[in-house]
Amino acid sequence: MKQFAELIRTLDSTNKTTLKVEALAHYFKTASDKDKVWTIAILSHRRPPRPVNTRLMREWASAFSKIPLWLFEESHHIVGDLAETIALVIPPSEESSEKSLNQFLQEIIELKSRSEEEKKEYLYENWFSLNYYERFVFTKLITGSFRIGVSQKLMTRALSKATEIDEDILAYKLMGNWDPATTTFTDLVLEEKPEDYLSKPYPFYLAYAIEDEPQNLGDVKEWAAEHKWDGIRSQVIIRNGELFVWSRGEELVTDKYPEFEKFINIIPDGTVIDGEILPFPKNEIGTFKDLQTRIGRKNITKKLLEKTPVILKAYDILEWKGEDIREKAYQKRREILEQLFAEVASEETPLHLSSTISFQTWDEVAKERERSREVKSEGLMLKRWDSPYLVGRKKGDWWKWKVDPLTIDAVLTYAMRGHGRRSNLFTDYTFGLWDDEKEELVTFAKAYSGLTDAEFRKVDAWIKKNTLERFGPVRSVTPHHVFEIAFEGIAESSRHKSGVATRFPRILRWRQDKKIEEANTLEDLKALIPK
Amino acid sequence: MKTPLLVFNQKGIYCEAADVYLDPWKPVKKAIISHGHADHSRWGHQQYITHHTNVPIIKHRLGDISVTGKAWNETFTINGVKFSLHPAGHIVGSSQIRVEHKGEVWVFTGDYKTEDDGLAVPYEVVKCHTFITECTFGLPAFKWLPQQQVFNDINNWWQQNQDDGRTSILFGYSLGKAQRLLKHLDTSIGKIYTHGAVENMTEVVREIADLPPTEKITRDTKKEDIKGNIVIAPPSTHGSPWIKKMVPYVTASASGWMTFRGARRRRAIDKGFVLSDHCDWQGLLTSIRATGAEKVICTHGYTDIFSRFLAEQGYDARTEQTQYEEENADQTSKEKD
Repeated sequence: MKQFAELIRTLDSTNKTTLKVEALAHYFKTASDKDKVWTIAILSHRRPPRPVNTRLMREWASAFSKIPLWLFEESHHIVGDLAETIALVIPPSEESSEKSLNQFLQEIIELKSRSEEEKKEYLYENWFSLNYYERFVFTKLITGSFRIGVSQKLMTRALSKATEIDEDILAYKLMGNWDPATTTFTDLVLEEKPEDYLSKPYPFYLAYAIEDEPQNLGDVKEWAAEHKWDGIRSQVIIRNGELFVWSRGEELVTDKYPEFEKFINIIPDGTVIDGEILPFPKNEIGTFKDLQTRIGRKNITKKLLEKTPVILKAYDILEWKGEDIREKAYQKRREILEQLFAEVASEETPLHLSSTISFQTWDEVAKERERSREVKSEGLMLKRWDSPYLVGRKKGDWWKWKVDPLTIDAVLTYAMRGHGRRSNLFTDYTFGLWDDEKEELVTFAKAYSGLTDAEFRKVDAWIKKNTLERFGPVRSVTPHHVFEIAFEGIAESSRHKSGVATRFPRILRWRQDKKIEEANTLEDLKALIPK
Repeated sequence: MKTPLLVFNQKGIYCEAADVYLDPWKPVKKAIISHGHADHSRWGHQQYITHHTNVPIIKHRLGDISVTGKAWNETFTINGVKFSLHPAGHIVGSSQIRVEHKGEVWVFTGDYKTEDDGLAVPYEVVKCHTFITECTFGLPAFKWLPQQQVFNDINNWWQQNQDDGRTSILFGYSLGKAQRLLKHLDTSIGKIYTHGAVENMTEVVREIADLPPTEKITRDTKKEDIKGNIVIAPPSTHGSPWIKKMVPYVTASASGWMTFRGARRRRAIDKGFVLSDHCDWQGLLTSIRATGAEKVICTHGYTDIFSRFLAEQGYDARTEQTQYEEENADQTSKEKD
């Protein structure tokens, strides 16, 4: 644990990628194999299930540090991270533990089945006897995902540096559903075993958003365009008579989409398809909200399957007849995919083809992009016909060209303090739109990004002087300021007071030129819902 | 109901009986000033009264002003109201302001810290009935380590950077933090360079305190001379072209805000040292208890949270709006904690 806490402390002491990679590589060269496996697991978000719920953690931490629960909650709200808050508020200790990271994790795994009293005792004992960083890391292992400014990619690069194994091969090896408690470092990283690859997906190739005018990409004939679907990016694997469905978060989600079992009988072994899982109620593409009813569920009921079936919108093929064909040109891969599709497509097969569209001019591409909302896509994907299927996010051959966001002018109604650096500033805002009579503002979205630091400071100073009421950390303010809010999608929702749910709302601009009477109405917003 | 001894009005903290303001934020006739930071000593008052060590500091900042210097514990009477200044330990020349009238005693802390930083005259407990306190770090998450430990870390960091062939850039507000850092840097490691703003203020403080030699970075300063040494600069220089001269460098900030991991990361600073010129949570609670005050007024910082906690502890605690924080909220002066 000492060594791992020291690693986290070092990673915390620099913003420079090269120094982070160095520190990680050093760790991967010197730590014990068991600890290394856990470190890889933690940094790729494979932590053991949470043994204690956070409500209990908060109660115990406030009791242990002898402060009232409300004060702990306020502190938590300002610090932002639960483990960090706990490590900060409980009395300091200079002690240190000799236990290894592996021992700690074994204990945390076993903790899950213990009684509440035993759990409490275990936490107290460790909070009491660990120094700040160890305590932070220990609590973090229990509470949640480890976001410490180290991406999986950066970790893989460091591991590659330490083991001299190619980075792409490592990325491939680290994917999938391995259990850090039972996997050895040799097994996971060092040893090559082709039979393990049965369920393993390929690393996804991810596109950047286009920065430039598309015409600067060159000859339009070298490019294919297709609509960019708003579902779950997935790889569907059929090998050895078995089906595996992987989501982009490298999660094996086969069980959640029983519709795809049909593929086993019709798609030949040794096939890997890259595509998008889309909701398909009433035989047409639904909204992302429809899909959300499927994502979170453990038990997929027959009723749900009937109400919100899914399809796979296929756009690429990575393996064919057991052969990795990622090196082949996109055009070639598409030919294979389309051939396959022609052979298996039917009314009952939940496999659809994402059509590629050829164009004569970039203007035509732009026109097609305008149609995106109509066909329920988020915009276009531009892919070079001769491009191979690369690993990770790479510039050059694939670009996403999303439609411009929808926007609406709304009034600031509530504000809440931000986190971390912004913990002294009110930066989390709630926005309202006018009701039919233009008398009342109805809350429709929350947003906390999009303004510059200088703007946030100005708004913050204004909020502090124009507070109407306080509800814990939230303040209601005099309706006065209008902001242009951008969002990616919109759908009806019975869960929201406004009757509307927006996707990724954020502040586009502070409309200091507008009075609140000029803000939009709820009706204006509803008019944006695609029919 | 009689008018309280001190009230908070549009211009500042006002003593009606004496017709005097404490740290006013709007121009007034007569102002008693706690310390030299911009949000407490503002431009435009007709007459300034402050501790004599603060006189050169505010003159440096505000130019030709009419100012009277007082000694610690020296009582001066205005319209029958007794005033005196007492060490606040925040920065060089910083005072608490004690106000006494008809047997009632109020103390306004300005900004303060309880630890002796080796530079400012250490904080002194002043008994009072009403205590007007800042609470910049009024959350239990804030706990300072003894400064010796922090300075050991800072000096080790400098040494390590030098071994790696890098220059260390340490950000600290030009008045207060910069001199505190200077005072405790280990000059056997190397030379201390300064940004112009820091150098000018340090010149002023040298009249009052003994500080190690520094060298201002000018156009003529050679890049290779700076290498491996340490540079003290105001936070506003972070990311500015001025800093390019120091490549290869590593940056650090010394501030109470560095308690939060996110604060350092979002500012894109490499290393954060938790070092503040304000009280931490325990420091606030201990000093409040020691004053024997029953009434506590919280002026700036986590006021709502802190006064609620004090109320639960049995104090008659409340919050008053001041403009000490409003001006503070910009990132540059925020660092002066």
